[in-house]
Amino acid sequence: MNVLVYLVPMALGLGLAGLFAFLWALRSGQYGDVDGAALRVLSDDDLER
Amino acid sequence: MTEVLDLSLYAKPAGAGTLGMDLAVDGIACGACINRIESAVKKLPGIAEVRLNFTNRRLHVAWADGALAPAQIVTALEKIGYRAHPFVPLRAEEQEAAEARRLTRYLAVAGFAAMNIMLLSVSVWSGNATDITPETRDFFHWASALIALPAAAYAGQPFFKSAWRALKARTTNMDVPITIGVTLALAMSVVETAHHAQSAYFDSAIMLLFFLLIGRTLDHAMRRKTRAVAGNLAALKADIAHRFAGDELITVPVGALKPGDRVLVKPGERIAADGKVVGGASEIDESVITGETARRAVAAGAEVYAGSLNFHGALTVNVSAAGQGTLIDEIERLLDKAAGAKSRAMRLADRASRVYAPVVHATAALTAIGWLTAGASLHDALVTAIAVLIITCPCALALAIPAVQVVASGALFRAGVILNAGDAIERLADADTVVFDKTGTLTLPEPRVINAGAIAPNLLQMAARLALSSRHPLAVALSLEAANNVPFEGAIEEPGQGVHAVIDGAEARLGSPAFCGVDNVAPVDDASHIIFSHAGRVAEIAIAQALRPDAVEVVKALRALGLHLGILSGDRCAVVESVADTLGITYWQGGVTPAGKIAFIDALKAQGRRVLMVGDGLNDAPALAAAHVSLSPISAADLAQAQADAVFLGDRLQPVLDAVVTARRARRLMTENLWFAALYNAVAVPVAITGLVTPLIAALAMSGSSISVTLNALRARIRP
Repeated sequence: MNVLVYLVPMALGLGLAGLFAFLWALRSGQYGDVDGAALRVLSDDDLER
Repeated sequence: MTEVLDLSLYAKPAGAGTLGMDLAVDGIACGACINRIESAVKKLPGIAEVRLNFTNRRLHVAWADGALAPAQIVTALEKIGYRAHPFVPLRAEEQEAAEARRLTRYLAVAGFAAMNIMLLSVSVWSGNATDITPETRDFFHWASALIALPAAAYAGQPFFKSAWRALKARTTNMDVPITIGVTLALAMSVVETAHHAQSAYFDSAIMLLFFLLIGRTLDHAMRRKTRAVAGNLAALKADIAHRFAGDELITVPVGALKPGDRVLVKPGERIAADGKVVGGASEIDESVITGETARRAVAAGAEVYAGSLNFHGALTVNVSAAGQGTLIDEIERLLDKAAGAKSRAMRLADRASRVYAPVVHATAALTAIGWLTAGASLHDALVTAIAVLIITCPCALALAIPAVQVVASGALFRAGVILNAGDAIERLADADTVVFDKTGTLTLPEPRVINAGAIAPNLLQMAARLALSSRHPLAVALSLEAANNVPFEGAIEEPGQGVHAVIDGAEARLGSPAFCGVDNVAPVDDASHIIFSHAGRVAEIAIAQALRPDAVEVVKALRALGLHLGILSGDRCAVVESVADTLGITYWQGGVTPAGKIAFIDALKAQGRRVLMVGDGLNDAPALAAAHVSLSPISAADLAQAQADAVFLGDRLQPVLDAVVTARRARRLMTENLWFAALYNAVAVPVAITGLVTPLIAALAMSGSSISVTLNALRARIRP
């Protein structure tokens, strides 16, 4: 069972990475306009016409 | 004279050489609007940044200082069909946004910790049933402790702080047992782990925090959403005023007016600020202030109040400091008194926690003493006592009310009712008497044509279209009937008399009888009359305060719910009586002063009634504050709206009925949930006292009870 000694911390590390990614997203305002983000993806204003 | 709209009041410095402004935008219907609005604004000169927040319907614009006047943005939006008004974020709203971010961070940390600890705990549970080695178990427990302790210290802050505040004020709330439970569970688990014990309760403590944080975050998010909508409505309602700057007129938002400013009030406009008339003469409609529908003639020297509607003459008004007017003074004095005398009903949750905390803590203490006298070791007795605390951990109880609150305020929001006060739902459910104001509450805030049925449809349509060319309040009311919103070309308004135009080759006139060449009109009830004549045909159009379209049905439905109904109006008795007759309300009073309204409500209170006051006028504000719970239409005077526990939207009275029905159902569900939590404890506590509880049972019981309470709360969504 020695494998647990590094598998458990590794799993925790991955989880922490996810947590920090979420906190970063929160801080940078990614959740400021959830409805708008869903609709903006449909608009073509970034394409050359 | 060309007028400039000056919105510079709202532009705030936003970084190097740029100004920024936030606007509330009305009329956003779909995703395509985002692009239309942003590209329209981008075309203006010097725009540095433009971003529409679709969720809360607000537009942020930044531009190079001096490149454009802020009013150009509003005009550009108006041109493509959106109404916009600058918006000053309230301090409360900013604080709430910060609080929401904090809660979400707590929630994220608690969620991360709960999931990882659960992973380790499930391994231990299944290992305990099979062949886990004590070393592996200890390792898992220590890993859990490593996650749980910092996570609880961070994510538990809202509960710890609130519990501390309550204890410092020598009271108790739901957060006190939560804090004690979490702290003891964690402490015991660390001690047990150090002694290589089989079980630890890290998972229970963290899961409790996680569930509770979900409830709090949702509750908070719902409140922010309604607050944002209310903020937008307030911004879009903001009126403009024409201020004299020397001989020139500048159009400014009302917020920019200062005492001593002179403003011009044109015919058909609302008076922007309290003050004294210094020039001109006119008639004004003060129904928003006093409830009185008869117009008052004013000339130089008269005191006027913000919100009054000016009829046919232009007035110059000297703005006075707020609260200087005699009426406003009296209302503010009454308001202070009413607010001071208001006994806040104790909230259901506080009542429940006041019973719950001592019972649970006494049970835990008795369990420890019981086991000690029965000969158990101190360690075993303490472990069992703490298990009692954990199993009763008030998860279901603490979620029972916020969960219903979130769902019910969401349902009310969709029905057009915006809650101002957090405990409005509970107080709405208590109400057994509804007292309505008449003008603007039972009746529509603006006058309407009341004899449309008696006029030939094509004649009425023609008159309504012609009315579009006039700003006279009666013409504005008539123009609401127009199916086609295009004014006739060449229509000419004769100030103080009427409008005329040539339609289909014949002269059409709309205005006073004399203007239309008709000699007399027999005055019918209290309506104002205007005459329309076209090619020899004459129509007499009666305009008056009309009842809200569904007032009769709503009043009937409220009575069917067992509520006592009454009308309390500042208007003349005859007018009030006719409305009361139409609605079948026998309990009414007319010509009531603001002080009279309070006295009336106090008398009802003395009879032990819980009064729901529905009113909109400035004169209703003290009564709204004095009542057990109060509602205002969105068209209400600002001061009245600030006192109301909830505000309803639209022309219909239906939201009042919806509010009562939804609140009653929500209260029933809250009570059900509390009983469910009590029942759950009645089953679980004996098991805990006998010392048979394992961490697995604790986890199952906690999630099971929380989920069932939450599912029950969802029933508050169902429409009646």
